[in-house]
Amino acid sequence: MTVALKLLNINKSYADVSALLDIKLEINDGEFFSLLGPSGSGKTTCLKVIAGFELPDTGQIELFGKDVSSIPPFKRDVNTVFQDYALFPHMNVKDNVAYSLKIKKTPIDQQEILINEILSTVKLIGYELRKPSELSGGQRQRVALARSLINKPKVLLLDEPLGALDLKLREQMQIELKNLQRQFQITFIYVTHDQQEAMSMSDRIAIFNEGRIEQIDTPKNIYNKPKSAFVADFIGTTSIISKKDALKFFNYPSAFSLRPEFVNIDQDHNCEFKVDAEISDIQYQGSYYKILFKNNDINITSFYYPNSNSNLNLELGSNHSLSWSANIITDLDE
Amino acid sequence: MSNLFENCSNYLFKNKHILLLLFLLPPLLWLGIIYLGSLIVFLFHSFFYLDGFTGKIVYKISLRTIAELFNSPANLDILIRTVVLAATVSIGAAIIGFPIAYYMAKFTSPKMKIFFYLAIMLPLWSSYLVRVYSWKLILAKEGIINWVFAKLHATWIIDSILSIPLIGGPSLSISYIGMFLVFTYIWLPFMILPIQAALERVPGSLINASYDLGATKRQTFYKVILPLALPGIAAGSIFTFSLTLGDYIIPYIIGTSKFFIGQAVYTHQGTAGNIPLAAAFSLVPIAVMTVYIYVAKKLGAFNAL
Repeated sequence: MTVALKLLNINKSYADVSALLDIKLEINDGEFFSLLGPSGSGKTTCLKVIAGFELPDTGQIELFGKDVSSIPPFKRDVNTVFQDYALFPHMNVKDNVAYSLKIKKTPIDQQEILINEILSTVKLIGYELRKPSELSGGQRQRVALARSLINKPKVLLLDEPLGALDLKLREQMQIELKNLQRQFQITFIYVTHDQQEAMSMSDRIAIFNEGRIEQIDTPKNIYNKPKSAFVADFIGTTSIISKKDALKFFNYPSAFSLRPEFVNIDQDHNCEFKVDAEISDIQYQGSYYKILFKNNDINITSFYYPNSNSNLNLELGSNHSLSWSANIITDLDE
Repeated sequence: MSNLFENCSNYLFKNKHILLLLFLLPPLLWLGIIYLGSLIVFLFHSFFYLDGFTGKIVYKISLRTIAELFNSPANLDILIRTVVLAATVSIGAAIIGFPIAYYMAKFTSPKMKIFFYLAIMLPLWSSYLVRVYSWKLILAKEGIINWVFAKLHATWIIDSILSIPLIGGPSLSISYIGMFLVFTYIWLPFMILPIQAALERVPGSLINASYDLGATKRQTFYKVILPLALPGIAAGSIFTFSLTLGDYIIPYIIGTSKFFIGQAVYTHQGTAGNIPLAAAFSLVPIAVMTVYIYVAKKLGAFNAL
């Protein structure tokens, strides 16, 4: 498999705040790779370094084996879809999309073909003469995509491209983005703070925290085998049991994280871990209930699906016995 | 009493247009009657004419005065001279002002920006006359510019510039070059601030997007930054152009004996008592500005607004 992008020991700081700390990454050709983290974790800075808008203090950026660290953005073979779309407000849809072709001085007849092709891909035929201000958020998003894809870049960088869209539109665009990526077979590097989005779309995810990468792995492994408490806590819902409590309650030598769907309520399946706890909160989620249990310092979250035939008496303050097996927990270093 | 007050307040809250009208009435009266009214009355005088023998205004509608304005070569000279100077000053101010505005909008820290605002506005806090007279001294034969050039044994440079026909003169302080310098200096803030405001509204991501799509810095400037700054340049040039068209103090202090529109209006309505011709002269800047804004709009200067 070809490596599309390689980051070697990238460091970047603003004034005395470090935004990126010793970032190492390898992204394969054709991969859908997400940079996921809370705001201020360095994921957008990382993207800007790849695009060339920011120069790293130290480190090297390689695109298909070529060192591009000191090459300006207009000479890098990557394109970016910006968070605010960054459409040129004084140009119509067609001129926005054709911008890079005009810069490259592509012959006009060929420009027309390429523009038609890309506009039909993003379903914007008929909107050629509209100004960005006359488009809806979703349509602007498509123009931004078309403008970056018309170049057929080998790597496309997307900076929270769906952040400004409402939920329905976002879900629809997620599917379309994934289809586009399959169709064009280009590497997507996707910045987001939405874990659901990252999990459902990516081949692999890098979790950013305070300028460092905490873990790089497939969504499945990130969810099931988080390497740190931060990752376990950031991705999905989890209960983290500290080392002290693990020893005290379960005689277990390490801190661990526990996913709610593996916690049985009032059902003893010969599980290794057992504890009694009181319900401290019940949150209705539509298809299930999220139930928070508490026993002294231990907080455990579990899901309860009403159609699971067990008639549980779930009331605030009631006591239940919780159990789970040893093979579903993830040990954490504390 | 308080009940009545409350009722009034409720009534005005529900009928917002009446409240708006109450607020706007004083400025509307001021603008409508005192300002626009007197302006229209004055301009209407250009349709009257001065009796050549009696020196009295004849209140009959005719195009005689306007014809006189355009038929007399001396008057036509004044018009052309003024419009050309105003255009040159606008271009000069745009060329000098743009880099300053660009630097201010894109490269300064918030603290530096305050310094720039102050530096640009500060001259406006001192009297216009004081500034023009200081320039008179700077440009004079005994002034600092000539002194520096003399010390450098380069007086010939100034002499050769001043010997250029049409724009030269006996000294920088009595020449079109001098007028251009002073006008450009005086109106520069009115050019910088609108351009800076326009550039401030251009998000950095737009410039990055242009680089990202393969455009060099130069191409980005011509294709993205300049078109988006154009409304600012147009707004600034409307200031510099119209202010230069109407000014009569700088031509008096720095200028040669040749008249500009402002001076012509001043003389005709004052000593000569020819109000119709003065009114006709003042019609010209209004007409020129109307055409200018129309053309600027047609050329798309305000498209990016």
